[in-house]
Amino acid sequence: MYVKIQEAAFDVGAQINAFSQRHSKMGAIATFTGIVRDNDDETLKAMEIEHYPGMAEKAISEIVQSAVERWSLGDALVIHRFGTLAPGEIIMMVATAAVHRKDAFEAAEFLMDYLKSRAPFWKKEITKEGVTWVPSKQNDEDALDRW
Amino acid sequence: MKVLYFAWLRERIGLSAEDVETSAETIKELVHELSSRAPRYEAAFSDLSAVRCALDQNLVPFDTPLGDAREVAFFPPMTGG
Repeated sequence: MYVKIQEAAFDVGAQINAFSQRHSKMGAIATFTGIVRDNDDETLKAMEIEHYPGMAEKAISEIVQSAVERWSLGDALVIHRFGTLAPGEIIMMVATAAVHRKDAFEAAEFLMDYLKSRAPFWKKEITKEGVTWVPSKQNDEDALDRW
Repeated sequence: MKVLYFAWLRERIGLSAEDVETSAETIKELVHELSSRAPRYEAAFSDLSAVRCALDQNLVPFDTPLGDAREVAFFPPMTGG
């Protein structure tokens, strides 16, 4: 299990390759990559990501641990960035390794659903019009019910 | 104890962290104490349905006893991922 909270950019391809090579007995690796999305009017200048150091690592590690137990994962990886990011930059990634693909896919979705509303990060959008904190979404909260 | 504020709570209160002497028994009582200090606290805590709290880095409800916790944090609903 690998959980890393960092400001620096990272290479998703290199991470996936390294993760895959550690797990020769796993038949399935599922990955998700989150990108800073520009708004419809293309006015986003930057996204500032604030986090709670310490709790971010702890909360994500607990979420990963529950996924590993529930889906018998061989391994899981989460990298989440903080700081100021430009549109198109990679914010975070998740990777899961399992014997079969169903477990890998489901566990990756579970991780993403929980990271959305249970990992202590907050996003602030800086657009040409001004600065706004991204509100939480009720459907992100509702998404936890299916697990 | 150490009190931390994140995101718009940090901006509204004007602090990211402070040491607080309190006799409050629960987080909710601590919120009332803080709110009575200055209008900026009162404004930040005016709608608790928009605020979440953590005790020693665990997400908990507002009626949780402070016990011998060292750190309380207040923040808006999280938006990770």
